[in-house]
Amino acid sequence: MQGTVDSTPVVTGHEVAAHEEHQDLRVLGLITFLCSEFLMFAGFFAVFLVFRGSAAEWPPKETEVELLLPAVNTLILVSSSWVINLGTKAIKNNDLAGMRKWFGITVAMGAVFLAGQVYEYMNLGYGLKTNLFSNCFYLTTGFHGLHVFIGLLLIMGVLWRSRRADHYSSLAHTGPEMAEIYWHFVDVVWIVLFSLIYLLTLIK
Amino acid sequence: MAQADLSMPPTEVQGGHKHPDKWKWYDYFTFNVDHKVIGIQYLVTSFLFYLVGGFMAVLMRTELATPDSDFLSPELYNAFLTNHGTIMIFLWIVPAAIGGFGNYLIPLMIGARDMAFPKLNALAFWLNPPAGLLLAASFFWGGGAQSGWTSYPPLSEITANLPQTLWCLALVMVGTSSILGSVNFLVTIWKMRVPSMKWDEMPLFCWAMVATSILALFATPVLAAALILLMFDINLGTSFFKPDAGGNVVVYQHLFWFYSHPAVYLMILPIFGIMSEVIPVHARKPIFGYKAIAYSSLTICLVGLFVWVHHMFTSGTAPWMRIFFTISTLIVAVPTGVKIFSWVATLWGGKIRYTTAMLFAVGLLSMFVFGGLSGVTLGAAPFDIHVHDTYYVVGHFHYVLFGGSVFGIYAGVYHWFPKMTGRMLNEPLGKVHFVLTFIGTILTFTPMHQLGMSGMPRRVAMYDPQFTSLNQLVTVGAYVLAVSVIPFYINVIWSWMAGAKAGPNPWNALTMEWTTASPPIIENWEVLPVLTHGPYDYGMDRASEVGPAGEPIEATKV
Repeated sequence: MQGTVDSTPVVTGHEVAAHEEHQDLRVLGLITFLCSEFLMFAGFFAVFLVFRGSAAEWPPKETEVELLLPAVNTLILVSSSWVINLGTKAIKNNDLAGMRKWFGITVAMGAVFLAGQVYEYMNLGYGLKTNLFSNCFYLTTGFHGLHVFIGLLLIMGVLWRSRRADHYSSLAHTGPEMAEIYWHFVDVVWIVLFSLIYLLTLIK
Repeated sequence: MAQADLSMPPTEVQGGHKHPDKWKWYDYFTFNVDHKVIGIQYLVTSFLFYLVGGFMAVLMRTELATPDSDFLSPELYNAFLTNHGTIMIFLWIVPAAIGGFGNYLIPLMIGARDMAFPKLNALAFWLNPPAGLLLAASFFWGGGAQSGWTSYPPLSEITANLPQTLWCLALVMVGTSSILGSVNFLVTIWKMRVPSMKWDEMPLFCWAMVATSILALFATPVLAAALILLMFDINLGTSFFKPDAGGNVVVYQHLFWFYSHPAVYLMILPIFGIMSEVIPVHARKPIFGYKAIAYSSLTICLVGLFVWVHHMFTSGTAPWMRIFFTISTLIVAVPTGVKIFSWVATLWGGKIRYTTAMLFAVGLLSMFVFGGLSGVTLGAAPFDIHVHDTYYVVGHFHYVLFGGSVFGIYAGVYHWFPKMTGRMLNEPLGKVHFVLTFIGTILTFTPMHQLGMSGMPRRVAMYDPQFTSLNQLVTVGAYVLAVSVIPFYINVIWSWMAGAKAGPNPWNALTMEWTTASPPIIENWEVLPVLTHGPYDYGMDRASEVGPAGEPIEATKV
């Protein structure tokens, strides 16, 4: 516990950014926050697994899930994670137009995913209150859908800001990076969710 | 020591904004991003909620002075019971200990100018007052939530629905606040220490806040999940917790206690941090077992996540679960004991100054050992099943929450008040406050153990006449506690306006927050301090230990 003697002048960069958000720390803060968010979904998943384990028939006859549409949706969402990564790679190479293109495609893919989810909801023939399975189904997919929507808003926010000259560059790209991390998070949650709700129904 | 090198010419703060030296009074009522302002906002609002929650407790104890329900209606009693617990936990101890002290002290202790995300920090604070308003509103729309602070379904789904929903929303808000705060604390401690400060040179309060933040980060969202499901059940017709439709009420209990058990560590870990700061300063001794205290915080954080089922021993848990969770619960006593013994060893042979802060710290030691031991008895499934939902449990958790957390918050206020306001608190008045609090705590919460052992159930407005005399003793104790806050609030308000000037380092403490002015200037230091020795090196390097006017340290008078 002996302290060190340090006589170098204090230049830490803290002064420069006093009372401002620290650019370099935002990504770290977002990742910490997402760890926390994941635990909320984990709570929902745990509830789902408990009910699945104790139910005689899961999902019950009247509430069979559709498999084809969600599988296509999953493909779209998972590949959009790759697309958005191309976008941040582009801005790291100072290719603003490339970033705008790839981010735009990601928005389109996310919107298709959400539209697919709404279409699925409307054609399933059962609602939130039908039974315990439909409770869980609409709650988990709905909350995930909400997160996809928030992710879309974040990406569109990045696109909106990128219209300003020199707002993002190979040196300043925290915004796109954070949008990408959030989008990956949405993706990872969906993969767990898809496995639990859709794929597990194949195992009787 | 972490002392600013005064021989260096003060340099201009590079790129910093030009600020006035201090904030005006109205800045404390705005969306201010300075961590010191936010810390004081947290502390002051939580002390206001303390009065509200305490008022409810006094009303409940008045009701319980006689066996009949002759003072409050049972519904109102239930509403006070629920909101007393909720306010004291979520709007008093957690915001005061974590939000107040954490925000105020962490940047000062690690030599940073502010938290990592100041705006997020302000947002986290401003989620709290609306949450309090929601709870208040619930009293006007349907008489307040009435199902206890645990809100177990099915009770929470069949009592007044609208207030229950408002209660859930309020908790989701304070939960969000605590998650955002934790993100901020972790990133700040991780990345913003002065370059000369290594992890194992941090004050122990910062270690405690690391453990607290990790716990809040992982446990709070699970409570949010439970409350969201509960709100769906109440308002949208789902049946997660409705057994007649296939749901399961025990699932709620698991989710709830996965947060609410760690929540007891959220309320005590920062207090452990405060203890580790207050005791060495006022005992003038290096803290005993720095690393043991630091790592035991992390151990408590880790083990604390795996003990929640001990709240559910009577909820139909499987025998193997009872064994597992009994053992894991008892294991928590080990790191806690490490801390207790380290503090006692620090006191041993120290040059103890019995300031009010020190009195509260030592009082906490005795209270917490008592409450901790009754906690060990409750951790053992056979005994827990015997006294489940009796006043024994109420006595236990009030011993650790009042005798522990509240004593710790008081110790922290007496210790850091000079730093926060630049003025000393009045010591004689503080000692009156301490004596009243100490006597009141023992008088209120000790008889509860006996009541519980003889079978008085908790959460009731009426009881069997055989419990009358002990209940009256408890009620008298509660009145003593109610009176005990009066000298404290008078002391704080009067000293804040007209107390003796404190100077930058009235206790001759060695941690970094004492190297700046009291109260600190807006960006904390003109020139960031440099670490020259550890935070607790008392009695090792007396030559450099001089008071504000250059007098030797031994001459300090309190």
